[in-house]
Amino acid sequence: MVKHDMTNIIFAGVGGQGVLLAGKILMQVALDAGYDVKESEVHGMAQRGGSVDCHVRYGDTVYSPLVEKGGADYIVAFEYVEAIRKLDYLKEDGKLIVNRLAVKPVLVEAGLEEYPQDVESWIKENVKNSVLIDTKDVLKEVKSSRALNIVMLGALANYLAFDKESWEEAIKKTVKEKFVEMNLNAFDRMFKKTAGQLDIMV
Amino acid sequence: MHKKIMLGNEAVARGAYEAGCMVAAGYPGTPSTEILESVAANYRGIKAQWSPNEKVALDVVAGASVAGARAMAAMKHVGLNVAADSLFTLSYTGVNGGMVIVNADDPGAWSSQNEQDNRHYARAAKLPMLDPSSPEEARQFTRMAFDISEQFDRPVIVRITTRVAHSQGAVNLEEPKKAKLKPFERNPKKYVMIPAHARPRHLFVEEQAKKLKEYSETSGLNRIEWNSRSTGIITNGIAYQYVKEVCPDASILKIGMVWPLPDKLICEFCNNVDELYVVEELDPFIEDYTRALGYKPRGKEIIPICGELTPEIVDMAINQKVPGNKIPSYYGKLPGRPPALCKGCPHGYVFNVLKKLDLNVNGDIGCYTLAVLPPYSAMHTQTCMGAGIGMHVGFEKARGEDFIKKTVAVIGDSTFVHSGIAPLIDLVYNKCHGTVIILDNRATAMTGHQDHPATGRTLMGEETHELDLELLAKACGVRRVRKVDPKDVETFERVVKEEIEAKEPSVIISLRKCILKR
Ligand code: SF4
Repeated sequence: MVKHDMTNIIFAGVGGQGVLLAGKILMQVALDAGYDVKESEVHGMAQRGGSVDCHVRYGDTVYSPLVEKGGADYIVAFEYVEAIRKLDYLKEDGKLIVNRLAVKPVLVEAGLEEYPQDVESWIKENVKNSVLIDTKDVLKEVKSSRALNIVMLGALANYLAFDKESWEEAIKKTVKEKFVEMNLNAFDRMFKKTAGQLDIMV
Repeated sequence: MHKKIMLGNEAVARGAYEAGCMVAAGYPGTPSTEILESVAANYRGIKAQWSPNEKVALDVVAGASVAGARAMAAMKHVGLNVAADSLFTLSYTGVNGGMVIVNADDPGAWSSQNEQDNRHYARAAKLPMLDPSSPEEARQFTRMAFDISEQFDRPVIVRITTRVAHSQGAVNLEEPKKAKLKPFERNPKKYVMIPAHARPRHLFVEEQAKKLKEYSETSGLNRIEWNSRSTGIITNGIAYQYVKEVCPDASILKIGMVWPLPDKLICEFCNNVDELYVVEELDPFIEDYTRALGYKPRGKEIIPICGELTPEIVDMAINQKVPGNKIPSYYGKLPGRPPALCKGCPHGYVFNVLKKLDLNVNGDIGCYTLAVLPPYSAMHTQTCMGAGIGMHVGFEKARGEDFIKKTVAVIGDSTFVHSGIAPLIDLVYNKCHGTVIILDNRATAMTGHQDHPATGRTLMGEETHELDLELLAKACGVRRVRKVDPKDVETFERVVKEEIEAKEPSVIISLRKCILKR
């Protein structure tokens, strides 16, 4: 849990997975901890069913809202292919956290392209700081696939220098009121599930 | 001072609120949409509205200004093309209450049909333009823009770009000024632009331009950040942030007011650095200006004109550094994830039929433009809002009545109201036979399912008159108007076949709600 001068995190996924909300919650946590913070996201046509990413940076003074290639301390990918797509942003010793999930693009479903079969083993072999996490069980336990973003944050939170309460505060401030409890529950479950054992899960 | 995380667009809305803005109008368009949405959601004292198109919105805002209110129009870069006719003459009339036009450029064309650089509009219309580089500046500059507007009697353009509009950051919240109407006075010499009034107003415009240039030198919107003098970089907007990031030792001339540009400041800067660069997104706007002042900065020879900038592009250009890592690339081809129609989208049924019938399709702007891609591959022209029906007329004029039986024009409900009505009138007036399909999904869907005049609901969430597209088409002179649910595929196909064969103009209203619209 090293406190960096500047921390660069990229969330990557697919439209509808709640990538942007994950970024927003992290920003809130960082702001509440007294950091300057910036984020960049993409809306509109680029978002419609396509890849979605969001860059979050916090530190003493943040200028660029975009992480430079080779500059990400963490990439949090909600899906395999989007993880691989973002790899050139990872720092040499940066960490790649990947949800063990394949979301098939429309063209794959239409039989026009193929979804590679070996993505998980390739990531394990080629990205030394990769962590693959299972989110299915937690999502089943809280009975909501919509909580994926919060579950991914639950895993990320184990690496960052913020305490659990500040994450919970940020979730309360950010998500819709009627979903707060479910999301806190989801966060808690993944946070505990991965606490202290993330690195062993490679 | 209270700090809050805001999207650049939300910060613009906040700035307008703090400045005492009373009226705001626009038309949705990425990356500008959230400005008015945020006004409507958070600052209920401001009368916010979607107008049918950007020109109407700007006219509404101009009216509000002349009537004494501070007012703001918000639109995307191509929207300003639509509003440009008003813009150029509003430069002559000037304002009463402060008038601010927020223009959102889209370098990288993330969600646009082109990458035009609207800084040129400021120069061409002789209007001041501010260019914030962060959400916090978006708030500050918008707030200031209202003051500048009243001080110099000029509409002021605030130009943001995608990476400012759609980036979030900590924003300082200042106390709002109290919104207050200025008196309205009849002043035809200022507000009625007959030639006899326009000529003296042009003189006024030029006088104000001089005063604004002085303001540009001294206001602090343009400022030098001295550092090592071996490298000097002139930069603006989001590019400033990339420069700060990758060239922490360089001296910087930060341009926050891109028009008029500050000659003295530029000269002072250029005269005192060894290696001179201009780092700007899109066109060499500041670079050309600097060259005209007699300097030879390195700019577009190393910074691309096309696409948006990124920190790594600036890093490579100035520092010759190649950012990245040594992690191998995946050996195979990754499947693409191009944007696609939602599963169950009403447009899907339509384009399946058009594809099956192998028709030429004159398209327009909306979610349905995605039908150009596989699996539909069923759109053959598309330029800008409302262009499809006019092109449809051109198709028939060029190739005749038989050819137009193999062609349809498609246009969304919101786009039709935006700028499809005049070309439909043209189609009938000029004796064409074409078929126009209005893809009525009851929303401006692409930008986030906003309401429009044919949904019967306003931006403020109030019920209102619901524009009847069927009656409207009939009033344009189309006798054959049919309303069909495209999900009833057989009927839809039959109707299309009948209408393209008809020996007169026809409109098919393909009515089915966007699945994401509440
Ligand atoms: S948002 Fe609506 S109109 Fe657009 S693709 Fe999805 S269902 Fe279709």
